[in-house]
Amino acid sequence: MNMKKSLSLLLALTLVLSLGSVAFADDTVKIGAIGPTTGGAAIYGQAVMNGAQIAVDEINAAGGFNGVQVELNCQDDQHDAEASVNAYNNLMDWGMQLLCGPVTTTPAIAVSDYVFNDRVFAMTPSASSPDVTAGKDNMFQLCFTDPNQGTGSAEYMAENMAGSKVYVIYKNDDAYSQGIRDTFVAAAAETDAFEVVGEGTFTEDTSTDFSVQLNAAKAAGADVIFLPMYYTPASVILTQAKAMDYAPTFFGVDGMDGILTMEGFDTSLAEGVMLLTPFVADAEDELTQNFVAEYQKRFNEVPNQFAADAYDVIYALKAMYEAAGCTADMSYADICEAIVAVATEVSVDGLTGESMTWSANGEVSKSPRAMVIKDGAYTAA
Amino acid sequence: MKTNNPSRMKDFATFAGVIIAFLIVYIMRSRGMLTRSLSGQLVPICAYVVMAISLNLTVGVLGELSLGHAGFMSVGAFSGVVAAMSLASVIPSPVLRLVIAMVVGAIFAAITGVIVGVPVLRLQGDYLAIVTLAFGEIIKDLINCLIVGVDERGLHILFNATGSRSVADLHLIEGGKVIIKGAQGATGVKAIATFPAGVVLILLALVIVLNLMHSRSGRAIMALRDNRIAAESVGINVTKYKMMAFVTSAALAGAAGALYGLNFSTIVSSKFNFNTSITVLVFVVLGGLGNMTGSIIAAAVLTILPEALRGFDKYRMLAYAIVLIVVMLGTNNAQVKALLAKLIPHRKKGAEEGA
Repeated sequence: MNMKKSLSLLLALTLVLSLGSVAFADDTVKIGAIGPTTGGAAIYGQAVMNGAQIAVDEINAAGGFNGVQVELNCQDDQHDAEASVNAYNNLMDWGMQLLCGPVTTTPAIAVSDYVFNDRVFAMTPSASSPDVTAGKDNMFQLCFTDPNQGTGSAEYMAENMAGSKVYVIYKNDDAYSQGIRDTFVAAAAETDAFEVVGEGTFTEDTSTDFSVQLNAAKAAGADVIFLPMYYTPASVILTQAKAMDYAPTFFGVDGMDGILTMEGFDTSLAEGVMLLTPFVADAEDELTQNFVAEYQKRFNEVPNQFAADAYDVIYALKAMYEAAGCTADMSYADICEAIVAVATEVSVDGLTGESMTWSANGEVSKSPRAMVIKDGAYTAA
Repeated sequence: MKTNNPSRMKDFATFAGVIIAFLIVYIMRSRGMLTRSLSGQLVPICAYVVMAISLNLTVGVLGELSLGHAGFMSVGAFSGVVAAMSLASVIPSPVLRLVIAMVVGAIFAAITGVIVGVPVLRLQGDYLAIVTLAFGEIIKDLINCLIVGVDERGLHILFNATGSRSVADLHLIEGGKVIIKGAQGATGVKAIATFPAGVVLILLALVIVLNLMHSRSGRAIMALRDNRIAAESVGINVTKYKMMAFVTSAALAGAAGALYGLNFSTIVSSKFNFNTSITVLVFVVLGGLGNMTGSIIAAAVLTILPEALRGFDKYRMLAYAIVLIVVMLGTNNAQVKALLAKLIPHRKKGAEEGA
């Protein structure tokens, strides 16, 4: 009985807490952000929250959305669909009018369903599966889709690396990696310019040793290894390839970004690695340099692509909000309808692309840039 | 059905409690008195409550430590989602489809339970825990290899063990729909799970588990838990009764999984990992081994708690852990127990019987 009492007391307490935080104010634009700020994918969620915060502060200093100040509320989803839906509902209780997120793919697909039914306008900085936007007119993406990256990589290789033998290593328990691999292999099958000589897979639990895959690649005579994955396993692959004196060209996608700033990674190993990415922290333009300087000042690290994506999302939301002529007293559903009506006409210059535009199904159109790592820095290939 | 009165009374109190809680929440929700945050969690809470009840049958009643309960949930979730999605054109009624999905989920999980149970239940103690842990991981990896689609010709299932096949290999004809895409999980699921359905499932799980506990079989199962050698010596069939409890538990977990899977538009197999198994085990341990009421309360509270603690921002999970530790310590404090025993005299007697 003792347990039941204390638990019911706790239950009552939690109910009170969860009922407590409902407040409405009409004098700000409320933007919610959802991403994993704890757990295994925390690095991405934190980057997004930081990037979005910088954009919001800049916009507020410059007068806000149409002269209205902006408020940002970041909620953690631990890279879990259930927690993400909970975070979304929490933000709706708060009075969210626009959503930046969710950051990762699986949570984004789960939340996009709610976004569509509730009519909230949302743009994800980095959830790259086409399932996120499919069939939802108010769910937009700022990043490339997975198919885009797969075919983009295949096209680049066909044009610039003709005659090469490509070996693919990918993570088959990860939607991002598997998605890019599927479209890359499909696109590769249609061209004669290069040949896929083999594929090796790994999972979260086996991402610490790649000697089997690398030996298979070597045995197959591969001179290009395609790595559609995030940079943590990629760094292990580079280290092990070096140890076995195997030096093919490594080709990554946007998840590879961040490898140079990874703690404890010898950047000389990444020499000659190629990647397709929309953002590089070393770019010469003023916008990027200001952003990187501000980010380093605040968070003491070089921003990765996720931070840049989030920064662009906030500016894209601003451009769309203003183009639609929204005002702070509009409900989220009215804002959503107004934005959806004009969203395809808006063009945004951002960190991750110039004159980005969106199609009616929410996919962004911007061109990936091929980069090569030279002397520990990204340079245009 | 011959049982002592106090425990029957307690069972009725449990049923009444669930129904009253349901009515209160339902009325509050229909009047818009609940926050979205809370009402969005109602179905997952129901699923976790059923998970806790079913695991309590294995851990509390049968006395075997299982660390792979999320594996059964996973089997139920994916088979339920496949059933619900592939029947979408044949059976328009979402309620009926949900029921079918839960039944299918329960059946598949029960079959898995039999397959796992036959070899595993011969093991005892730590070994059983290790094997069930491995089972949970195996299920996760197997589902990562599954590619399932449906079109007019029926259901297409591919097993992508080498990792070289993709959705295109299903060769779906026009109008076909991909249900499970390997590691990308099931997407485009129509969320048809409802709170009332969840509560019905809880009540059903309670009826099954409590009746089993009070039956002749249930007493045999508890006898096995308390002293296996003594139970065997009076002619109790060890394998039969262990399997009975284990498979029932698996089937209920499968139904809970189907309910859970059909509440979101996407599920991935990595959701049903070791952490989920442990979370459910925490519900059971905190609620009290063999105590179904405790499991229900613990599952509900511990599911709401992390959301209620969002105010703590970054320190949310830290606060959650602290609350968990405090509750564990508090409920095991001998002084608190003695005090309560004095206040509620019959409680002591009931506790002795239940132990």
